[in-house]
Parts: sequence; structure tokens; C-alpha cells
Amino acid sequence: MTDISQTPSNPPKTSIHKTDERTKKRNAAERRFKAYGIAAITAGLLVLVVLVGTILNNGLGAFQQTFVTLNVELAEAKLDKKGNRNIDDIKKVSTFGYAPLMKTAFEAKVEELGLETGLKSKDMAAILSKSAAAELREFVLEDTSRIGTTVEFTFLTNSRVDGYMKGRVTRESIANDKKISAAQLDFVDQLVAAGVVEKRFNANFIFGADASDQRPEAAGIGVSMMGSFFMMLVVLVLALPIGVAASIYLEEFAPKNWITDLIEVNISNLAAVPSIVFGILGLAVFINYMHLPQSAPLVGGLVLTLMTLPTIIISTRASLKAVPPSIRDAALGLGASKMQSVFHHVLPLAAPGILTGTIIGLAQALGETAPLLLIGMIGFIASNAPDSISAGLLSPNSAMPAQIYEWAKRAEPAFYERAWGGIIILLIFLVTMNTIAVILRRRFERRW
Amino acid sequence: MPVSWLVLLLIGLSVIGYILGRQRALASAGGDSRALHSLPNFYGMNVAMSALVPAAAILGVWLLAQPSLINTTVSGSIPASAITEGSSLDLVMSDVKRVAEGLDFAVSSGAMSAADARTLDAGQTDVRATLADIGVALGSDVRPEVLQAAQDYRAMASTGTMAMTIVVLLAALVGFAISYSKTNLHYRARNVVERGVLALLIGAASLAILTTVGIVFSMLFETVNFFGLHDWKDFFFGTVWAPNFRGDSELAILPLLWGTLYISVVALLVAVPIGLFAAIYLSEYASKGVRGFAKPLLEILAGIPTIVYGLFALVTFGPFLLSMFGEGGTFGVNWMTDARSVATAGIVMGIMLIPFVSSLSDDIINAVPQAMRDGSYGLGATKSETIRQVVLPAALPGIVGAILLAASRAIGETMIVVLGAGAIARLAVNPLEALTTITTRIVSQLTGDGDFASPETLVAFALGLTLFVLTLGLNVLALYIVRKYREQYE
Repeated sequence: MTDISQTPSNPPKTSIHKTDERTKKRNAAERRFKAYGIAAITAGLLVLVVLVGTILNNGLGAFQQTFVTLNVELAEAKLDKKGNRNIDDIKKVSTFGYAPLMKTAFEAKVEELGLETGLKSKDMAAILSKSAAAELREFVLEDTSRIGTTVEFTFLTNSRVDGYMKGRVTRESIANDKKISAAQLDFVDQLVAAGVVEKRFNANFIFGADASDQRPEAAGIGVSMMGSFFMMLVVLVLALPIGVAASIYLEEFAPKNWITDLIEVNISNLAAVPSIVFGILGLAVFINYMHLPQSAPLVGGLVLTLMTLPTIIISTRASLKAVPPSIRDAALGLGASKMQSVFHHVLPLAAPGILTGTIIGLAQALGETAPLLLIGMIGFIASNAPDSISAGLLSPNSAMPAQIYEWAKRAEPAFYERAWGGIIILLIFLVTMNTIAVILRRRFERRW
Repeated sequence: MPVSWLVLLLIGLSVIGYILGRQRALASAGGDSRALHSLPNFYGMNVAMSALVPAAAILGVWLLAQPSLINTTVSGSIPASAITEGSSLDLVMSDVKRVAEGLDFAVSSGAMSAADARTLDAGQTDVRATLADIGVALGSDVRPEVLQAAQDYRAMASTGTMAMTIVVLLAALVGFAISYSKTNLHYRARNVVERGVLALLIGAASLAILTTVGIVFSMLFETVNFFGLHDWKDFFFGTVWAPNFRGDSELAILPLLWGTLYISVVALLVAVPIGLFAAIYLSEYASKGVRGFAKPLLEILAGIPTIVYGLFALVTFGPFLLSMFGEGGTFGVNWMTDARSVATAGIVMGIMLIPFVSSLSDDIINAVPQAMRDGSYGLGATKSETIRQVVLPAALPGIVGAILLAASRAIGETMIVVLGAGAIARLAVNPLEALTTITTRIVSQLTGDGDFASPETLVAFALGLTLFVLTLGLNVLALYIVRKYREQYE
């Protein structure tokens, strides 16, 4: 004890207040290590920003479309030569019969506005979408009394003109393009100045059907949205009860034995099986063996159900586990059977957690693409929205992610824009579902 | 009777059963529910379940078994002479089915009466033309043997459906009658109902096993078929992948496996350092505010559907790489010819895996007991020294498990590689060249118009089985490591 008061015979040359070389090195290593961590987080967040920026930058354009408003004279001589307004006779006039009307309408417009252009009326009409004549024909067939009058009609322009309005197409980029010429773009400029051509919100993209690969301007995601909706319906109706039943058994009733172990290992493995394997299963079992119709949302829903089940089971078990045993004991003490204690007390208390897990599972299923490719939900155009529930389940349809893939494959810039736009809609659905799940969890979460 | 009507009928029967069963029990106790063994609802439920459950089970099994039974019987009755050169039994059977479905459609749409359809004679009427009139297209003219088989098929299908309706309804009525007659005040309805519910719960839980069995068998059968048509040695050890729909293809898995593993390694090279450092920073350094802000944002990356990453790789990231390393690019090198490449798909997939690695590692790092860190600090170690020399070694098994799970994800990922990796199967080393993977080949072999019995289509099942075994092995290994590690601290 007396040693301490003694001053050392030779005091150290370095002070502890002055950092030596080794400490400096160690501190530098510490700072570097921390910097790596910050860099990793920044990189992750930066990627997120880039991704979201790319999606918005490329996709927002799809919600707007370029339209031309023209006064079209629905000449009786062209549309109803017999003049008796017989619907069958009028139907015989194909879309080719309507093309001249649009040429005349352009000529009239140019004259009315006093524009100077070297274009022929045929080239003027070429700025319209290929679906323009069909739209006009449908409009006439809807109400044949319109024949003989002059109506104001709004046409879609083709994707090149639309791209020009959105800055995707320039005069340089179309140098070798057969679909449009610089003179036509000049003409579009004149029409824009006159207010005839304008870009505005395009509801058809959200509610409409897909179009053939010649007409990106007319394509919409609405029908495949219905397909996704029906698939989610199947998933909800099947996966929720089966998943909850399986979790109740495993969590509350199952004895500890090798069969239960086998089931548990199985479920955790199924959660990690690649989604495309579920697609193969669906193709082999539901389509080749059971002969369910190809491309039907019912089959897609069944495949996604099998895929979502493990997710739902895992989250349901977690929320059943979170209900304290005292609840079960109290119910049993009052004379309830085991089954009654589970169904009357534990399950209602676990319901918010189960619902949250189900919504997250549904959101996952909604964005899944790979299994849908194998059961044929791509490669065709679902042109009409289903008119009944059984048609919605059984008639061929697409689904949102499959539709996006289809557009991405068509390798035409106008379709890429559609694909990004579709992604925005898909992400809006996912964000909404996840937000609801988070709110549910915050609102009903109970700490025991 | 269509199946949907049958289902509705069953549901109706069980609702009636519920009401009647409950009434009968109450009546037997003279309207005093206290005299009953169980609550009145249990008596109702007992009758409803006895009517519905066995009948529904029979219906399900019947619907599953009938198609294959009919198939075997009909294909057994087709004479060998009906199978022409260059054709196979499967092809003839698919013709038979199409004719049968066409005739059914003709009857249901009213183009043909049921009697006409039964007495059709291939020698006198042109069945193909008749069916084409109502919109059923057939690939070839209908031969008498095929028509005969199709008629057998239809007859069996309609007999089968008729028998199914009768058996199912009978089962429902018998169940109804037995449980209804047993209902009286001493009957232990609750015990019976609860046993029934437990059986249903067990059934739901075993669906997981059924799914696995379904996955394995659906692929195993077709894989066996494939190895009957194609040499297995060539599949596993050959080096050329060149499918040819005219036959005589070279189908070897090695080039695909190479592409799959190469892209997965690139993805892990991106995801593991970023994910691991992010996890370390978030769990050891970050303040509560930063953690609460950065962690959910990073996890958004995991919630984005893979099709989005695929499109990002194809339209944005691939062309960006091409503008750097391609001809006339920023670096003035000509290493890249196509926007689709190993690097394109691998890096984008790595981005997708960052949150996967980071949140799994985060959990594992947090599970390391604080006492170990405190001990290290007490000995004078800096924070980074503690992490590197104490926390990470303790968490290593868990982190390895997480990386293995990420690897299994990468191997099974489909959309990113379908859109971003290209379609060229070879054993190339340059990461800026296009390669192809097992999953992309599964998609392309199964979405083509190929004949379903050809090795070019069946190879997809062999590929799928390989993929399944590969990912299953990784998962089991990862779960084993993680479990073993967890036992140390809990």
C-alpha cells in the first residue's frame, strides 16, 4: 500500500493526454470502420432514391396522352349508302370506310385555321393512332342517328407524336423512322400552337385494356388489374382460412413429435422455395393434370395461394404466440373446452396480427410474376373486362405484373413508358396495402 | 350437374342441417337448453358438419382422380395402329381430348343435339369442318379411331360426373340422417364437433406437406420421362445447351449452372458487404432516430416486386453500363456488346438482396449478449475492434446462414435474370457478357409452343427439380446453422 505514494523513479516520457502513434492508428481504424457503415447505408438509400426517381421519371408520362380534337363530318354517303339507317348495313362499313372522314376533317381544320403545310391529307391523318378509325366506327354504331351530322371528336395521336410531345422523340431520332417525318412534326407544332393538339390526363391507361403491339398509345392496365383482383380474391378466400387453421393446430394443439417437426421444417422450407417452382407445380398439377383453363385467374390464384400460405402461417403463429397463456388458463378455468378457449378468446385477440400478416402476404402475391408466366398469363391481349365473377375467375386474363412484363418485352420506347406507368400503379397498391398493415399493427397492437 | 351447383346444394343442405339439428336437440330437452349435454349450437353444427365435410372430401378426391382414371382407360383402348409414324400416344390423346371438348362445346352451345353428337360417324361427316363452324379448331382431320376414343372419353366423363353427383349427394344425406337421428339431449355433440374441427385443422396443417409432395412428384415424373428421352450423362456433364425444336437438341445443365452461379456470386458481392456494413452500423453505431429512419427505408427495397428490378436492369442500368464499357463508351473500352449481361443482372439482384442480408444480420448481431461487448470495452478495445473481434465472430454462424439464404434467393430469382441477363448459354468468364440461367431457361422452354412430350419441353422439369434441390439444400443448411447458433444464447 505504501508503494503507491512513491513517485516512480523514472517518469514515463509520454503523457496519457497526448495520443501516441498506435492510438492514432487505432482511432483512424475506428473512424474508417464507422465510415464504411455510413457509406453502406448511404449506398442503400441512394439506390432507393435512384430507383424511385427512375420509376417516376419514366412512368409519369404514361398517365398523359396526346389528343387531337377534330370536327368530323359523318357523311351519309360514306357510312350509310342506302340511307335507311339499317344497323346491319352500317356495320358492313369497315374501318377502311371511316379513314376518308378523318382526312376530310384534317383538310377542313387546316382550312379553318389557315395553316400552311405541304402535307397531303393522307400524311396529316397519319399522325392519328391506328385505332382512330375503329373508335370513330364504334361511336357511330352506338347511335346511328349521328350519321349525317358533324361532331367534335377527340382522337388519340400515334405513339411517335405522343413521344414528340413528351420529349422522347426528336427530329434527330426519327431520321430513319418510316412512321413519321419531320414535316409531320412541323404540322404537329402548328396544331399545338392552334390548340388542336394537346396533352392531357389519360384515364384509359388506368381503366382500359391492353392493345396490340402496333398501338402503344391505346394500351391500358385496367383489365389486367381486374385479373389481379380476382387472383387476390382467390388467395384471400383460400389462404386465410387454411393458413389460420394450420397455425392454430401447430401452435395450440400439435403434440411435440416427429410429424409436427416435419410439418414445421416443411413450412419454413416452402417459404424459401423459388417462386418459379410453384409455377411449375401449377402448370403440372392444375393445368396438365386437372385441366383447369390456362391463363385463368383461378389457376393463378391457386398457385399464389400455395406460395403465400407459408408467409401467412408464420405470421399467424407469431401473433398466436403473443397472446399470453393467462388468457387460455382463465378460459379453461371457467369451464371452456380447449377448442372454445382458442376460438372464443385467443383467436380474436390475435386477429389484428393475423390480418396484418395476411395483408403483407397478399401484397407479396400481388407483385409476383414468375409463376404467372408459366401458367400462361402472358402473350395474349385480354381486351374486355370480365362481366361476371365466374368469367372473372375462369376466362383468360392477365395480371398487373405479367402485363408489365409483356410491355417490357415489346421493346418499343412507348411500351417501356407504359411498363413504368404500370409499375407506378402496382406500387401504389403495394404501398397502400403495407400502410394499412402498419396502421393496423400500430392501432391494435397490445403489449401484455 | 355442374360442380358449382353441387357445392351450392351441399352448403344448402348443411344450413338446413344446422337449423334442424338445433331444433331437434332443443325439442328433446323440452325447450330447456340446460338439460342438454352441449350447447344447442353444437347439435346444429354436428349435423351441418356431418352433411358437409365427408361429402366435400369425396367431391375433392373425385375431382382429382377422375381425369387421370379416364385418361388411362381411354389411352389403353386406343389401338396401336392408331398411332401413326412420328406421333405418340400422348399426341393422339391430346387430339382425343380436343375432339371430346369440341363435341361437348357443340352440344352446350346448341350447334348439335346430344343424340347427334353421340352418333357422329367419322366416315360420313367431316367432324373437323363441323367443329370449325362453331369455333373449335382442330389440328388435323379426325380419324375413326380418334373419334371412337373421344366418344368413349365423353361417355366416361359424363358417367363419372353423374356417379360423382349421386355418390356425393348420398354421402351428404347419409351423414345428415345419421347425425340427425343421433341428436338427443344425452348426445355429446360438443366432443364430436371438436374432434371434427381438430381433424380439419390437422388437414390444413398437412397441406404444407402435400404441397411439397406435389412439387417433388410433379417434377419427378416429368424428369423421369425426360431421362427416358435424353441421356442423363449428357444432361449433367455435357457442356452445350442448344435446344432445337425439331429434335436432336443438346441439353446440358452445366452452362446454365455456370451462369446462375456467376450471377449469384456477383449479386452476393454487392449485397453482402453493403448489407453487412449497414447492419453493423444500424445496430452498433446509429442513434435511435437514424435507425428508425434508415431501417424501414432500406426495407422498402425488399418490398419492391422483382419485375421492377428486372425492368430497371433492362431499361436503365444495362444501357448505363453499356454507355460506360461499350463501344464508344466513357472508358473507351469495348468490353460490352449488349445491355444485358452478368453484371447488369448481378448488380441489380445484389441491390434487391441488400435489405435481405441487412435485416437478417441485424437480428443476429442484436442477439449477441451485451455482456460480451462490455467485457471487450473493459479491456480497452475500441468499438470497431470489439465488433470485429468479438461481436462478428460470435455472430458468424448466423451471418453465414443469412448469406446462404440470400444465395438461395439469388439462385431462384427469375424476373431480374429473364429481363437482364440475356439468353446465351456458354461458359464465358467476362462479367460484361450475356449469360443465361436455369430459371430463364425454365421460362423459355415452358412458354414456347413446343410439344409437351418432347425432351425440349420436359427438360424444364429436370431443370426445375435441380433448382429445387439446390435451393432446398442451401435452405436446410442455412436453417441448421442458424438454429444451432441460436441455441448458444437462448
